[in-house]
Amino acid sequence: LRFCFLVRPRVRTMRFIADIVNADKMSGRSRKYKIIFSPQKFYACEMVLEEEGVFGDVTCDEWSFYLLPLDEDIISMELPEFFRDYFLEGDHRWINPVARALQLLNSLYGPFGRTYGIGRSAKMSYELWRDLEEESERQQLGGYTDYVTALCSQVVYEGLVDDTFRIKCGSVDFGPEVTSSDKSIKVLLNSQDKVFSQIRNEHFSSVFGFLSQKSRNLQAQYDVSATLAWGAVALSPTARLPCPSQPGHHPLLSLHIGACESIMKKKTKQDFQETIKAEHSLLEGFDIRESTSFIEEHIDRQVSPIESLRLMCLLSITENGLHADPAAPSQSYGPEHLLTFHNLKRMGLLTEQSAGETLTAVESKVSKLVTDRAAGKITDAFSSLARKSNFRAISKKLGLIPRLDGEYDLKMPRDMAYVFGGAYVPLSCKIIEQVLERRGWQGLEEVVRLLNGNDAAPRADSTVEDNPACEAQRVVLAVFLGGCTFSEIAALRFLGKERGCKFIFLTTAITNSARMMEATIEAKA
Amino acid sequence: MSRVRADEEEYWHSSKFRAFTFDDEDDELSQLKESKRAVNSLRDIVDDDDDDLERVSWSGEPVGSISWSIKETASGSTSSLDGRDSSLQKGSSSYAALPKQASSYSLSSLFKGRNKLSSFQSLSDALTDTGVKNYAPELRRPKAEYKDYSSDWSPKDTVRRMQRGKVCSLERFRSLQDKLVLLDEAVAGHDGNVITAVLIFLKRTLRREILFRELEVRQVALCHLIHFLRETGEQKFLLDLLRFLDRTEEVALSQYREHLNIQDVEKRREFLKGCIGLPFSAEDTSHIQDHYTLLERQIIIEANDRHLEMAGQSELFRKYPRKASILNMPLVTTLFYSCFYHYTEAEGMFSSPTNLKKTFKIPDKQYVLTALAARAKLRAWGDVDALLTTKNWLGYTKKKAPIGFHRVVEILQRNNAPVQVLQEYVRLVEDVETRLNLATKYKCHDVVIETYRDLKDRVQLTAYKSKVERGSAEEEKIQNILSNMQIRWKN
Repeated sequence: LRFCFLVRPRVRTMRFIADIVNADKMSGRSRKYKIIFSPQKFYACEMVLEEEGVFGDVTCDEWSFYLLPLDEDIISMELPEFFRDYFLEGDHRWINPVARALQLLNSLYGPFGRTYGIGRSAKMSYELWRDLEEESERQQLGGYTDYVTALCSQVVYEGLVDDTFRIKCGSVDFGPEVTSSDKSIKVLLNSQDKVFSQIRNEHFSSVFGFLSQKSRNLQAQYDVSATLAWGAVALSPTARLPCPSQPGHHPLLSLHIGACESIMKKKTKQDFQETIKAEHSLLEGFDIRESTSFIEEHIDRQVSPIESLRLMCLLSITENGLHADPAAPSQSYGPEHLLTFHNLKRMGLLTEQSAGETLTAVESKVSKLVTDRAAGKITDAFSSLARKSNFRAISKKLGLIPRLDGEYDLKMPRDMAYVFGGAYVPLSCKIIEQVLERRGWQGLEEVVRLLNGNDAAPRADSTVEDNPACEAQRVVLAVFLGGCTFSEIAALRFLGKERGCKFIFLTTAITNSARMMEATIEAKA
Repeated sequence: MSRVRADEEEYWHSSKFRAFTFDDEDDELSQLKESKRAVNSLRDIVDDDDDDLERVSWSGEPVGSISWSIKETASGSTSSLDGRDSSLQKGSSSYAALPKQASSYSLSSLFKGRNKLSSFQSLSDALTDTGVKNYAPELRRPKAEYKDYSSDWSPKDTVRRMQRGKVCSLERFRSLQDKLVLLDEAVAGHDGNVITAVLIFLKRTLRREILFRELEVRQVALCHLIHFLRETGEQKFLLDLLRFLDRTEEVALSQYREHLNIQDVEKRREFLKGCIGLPFSAEDTSHIQDHYTLLERQIIIEANDRHLEMAGQSELFRKYPRKASILNMPLVTTLFYSCFYHYTEAEGMFSSPTNLKKTFKIPDKQYVLTALAARAKLRAWGDVDALLTTKNWLGYTKKKAPIGFHRVVEILQRNNAPVQVLQEYVRLVEDVETRLNLATKYKCHDVVIETYRDLKDRVQLTAYKSKVERGSAEEEKIQNILSNMQIRWKN
């Protein structure tokens, strides 16, 4: 009898396996054990196996599975642990797998043009990849962690589905409330789904109209009434899609309409409208007091710890720190969140404003910090001192908040801000747009400084050839280290269409605000 | 070693060659010839089955040495691990006891009567010697320092090899300086796996104070070690490290974190009590204190309530059986529970809401919200009313809510409060638009009517008439107002 374990290289897993092997030994059972590490075996794992006395009893293999294509333009490394291990613990263990992934892509698709990166993790991955490759630059755009974007509620369809139902490895479980039956169904969500591919990047408000139109074309009857202020249209409870037995039934369509309904029901219950309003206020920098009291109330009502944490972090980053002791909410949510708050502080997601700072003083503080930072060297991001966020300054410099003249057309959006209802252009996407436009970092030096990053720009004496053929059908590989949201993907797809280039996404994992918060929560060991 | 001796025994007893001793008095030349022959043929036999001789694998690396390790599938591998002690190799041959390259005089060769390579010299020399034998133990370099083509990598190269997944021996980095160079190279290489591997080696081969001292100035490596220690659960080592670094708060937090692993409530309580004296920051200390006090109280409440429930005397517990124990619940949940099951108890009791409020300094807002939710669930509208009523110094009562009446309405509505009750509070919603929305939504007709009247909005009021029941009191009310000549309608 052989046991085979296909595992990630974790110490905990090794102990688990060792327990099994030792238990077998105790009871005199003789078996063969094989451990297959994916994507790599770590030295610490071997150490544990040796310590546990089972090193000689197991054989170890590596399965170098680095890239999982989730769709025709999304490749995931399925390493959600990258986020916590790197940004919270300061551990570089996944830099090598990232470098190998780049290496693999490089070997499959050949040399690209230029490479740009921002942020330490990007720089390190790039350097390690070059070391492994013993070659020079490629095209890539790197990973500054845009916490702000990741913390916002998503309103493009795919993002909402992820936020509401959790998409795992490109597929989602739709329960009975969606399927209108007593069964759940697991659906693969990618460009193969013709309905999905047309609505995935759209703002939710357009989705309903689109789906309704489609089903109208299939001769279904609807009673559509616009009741919700955040732009979606509601289905009156009396109207229904044709059942499977009736004519005009389209399974995918039904499913997506069911999903929309479900999303709307949930979001209405959760005061989604008000939440978004608060988020937009924070992003824009208006009505802060109102938003703050909304968040406080949210915490008091104990609606959901994840939501509360998320909102607090958003407030902290946009406002450069919270006024009150961030750990006060642990009254509501349990004492173990004290540890969570410390984690968030370490990562700079939650900071406290020192006493005496008012809202108006924040601006001057930020500008002072900018000068300080420019002078100083880039300090280690993982020291216990929380970093100041310079969100407002960056936002201004990059024009992340679009000027509104009239109504923002969500059906025919004019820029990437549509993914957040016209309120905010995702920071990471904007940077990518700018770097591509400028073919470098000229004019962005100030922004880079504010981002506390160090850019990995191509050398001045570039060995890169400007291959005209390359330029024509430009393919840009956007690499996100730590995670990437569907909103960012939607935004960049839009950008790609505008600029006539195709984006391919490589990310350590697909993420959203909930996953990000969950990664920081200190649970049982 | 014993195996070698056993071989020797066997050899001496079974061999057809005469043993060589120092005291032989046979003809020396013929002896030499015979020995020569013996040695020549011995080597063939010996080469076949003597595993004391060095074996080298196809890749050129010595079999069974540290540098050789099975990476791919092999049955029952006895692969050696990097960083294992080179001197004692369990399960493999004790080649280490013998030098790889024989020097001209190796002690064991002399005794065994065989030589590798060209060492006739020794035999002849030995043979020509007469009488007293002088044996000088040879001074030779330890095996470990022989240039071994497989393990001659510099720190930088070692790191590079490890990044590519090759197996490397770190054993030969023995000087502190070499170790630190290795560590710095690993950090510069950005591969956390390699950094951790080097740290594992350093942890094993350096006294901890020295390791700590060096890591103090190497932030990245330090992070890796801390993470590693957390992962492997080496709590004591971790705490020592944090203490050395004067990160007292982290020491406290790391210790506190352990409570998550304690399942038994009593033990956890004890543990938390012990945590109170730890060097937390001021705010954290009060949180920890609260955590302990809360758990202490919860244990008492739980014991009492369990008893009450079992006894079956309490109607409340019978009607609303508890779904879960109150142990380890957050404060607000405990408050809710207390407002639900122990609302009227005196402040002296641990289970009373007022006691909780006082002990944990729960702000009014939080308190009212929670109590409201609990009483609403029980449909105790009177209690709800009392919560929201305050008496001013003149004795006049006034309705006040620290949370905004729209929230109150929401909570009541969620608990299916009757319209008359809802209406009371909808009326008190300050913002007119919200008030209208809620009133319309929940069919609080009187409020709608009154509001339109106050707004002097005749159009809306008239429109609303169609929404109320024909012939109802509300319809009449609307009619009355509409026909009121005194009102200056705006439309």
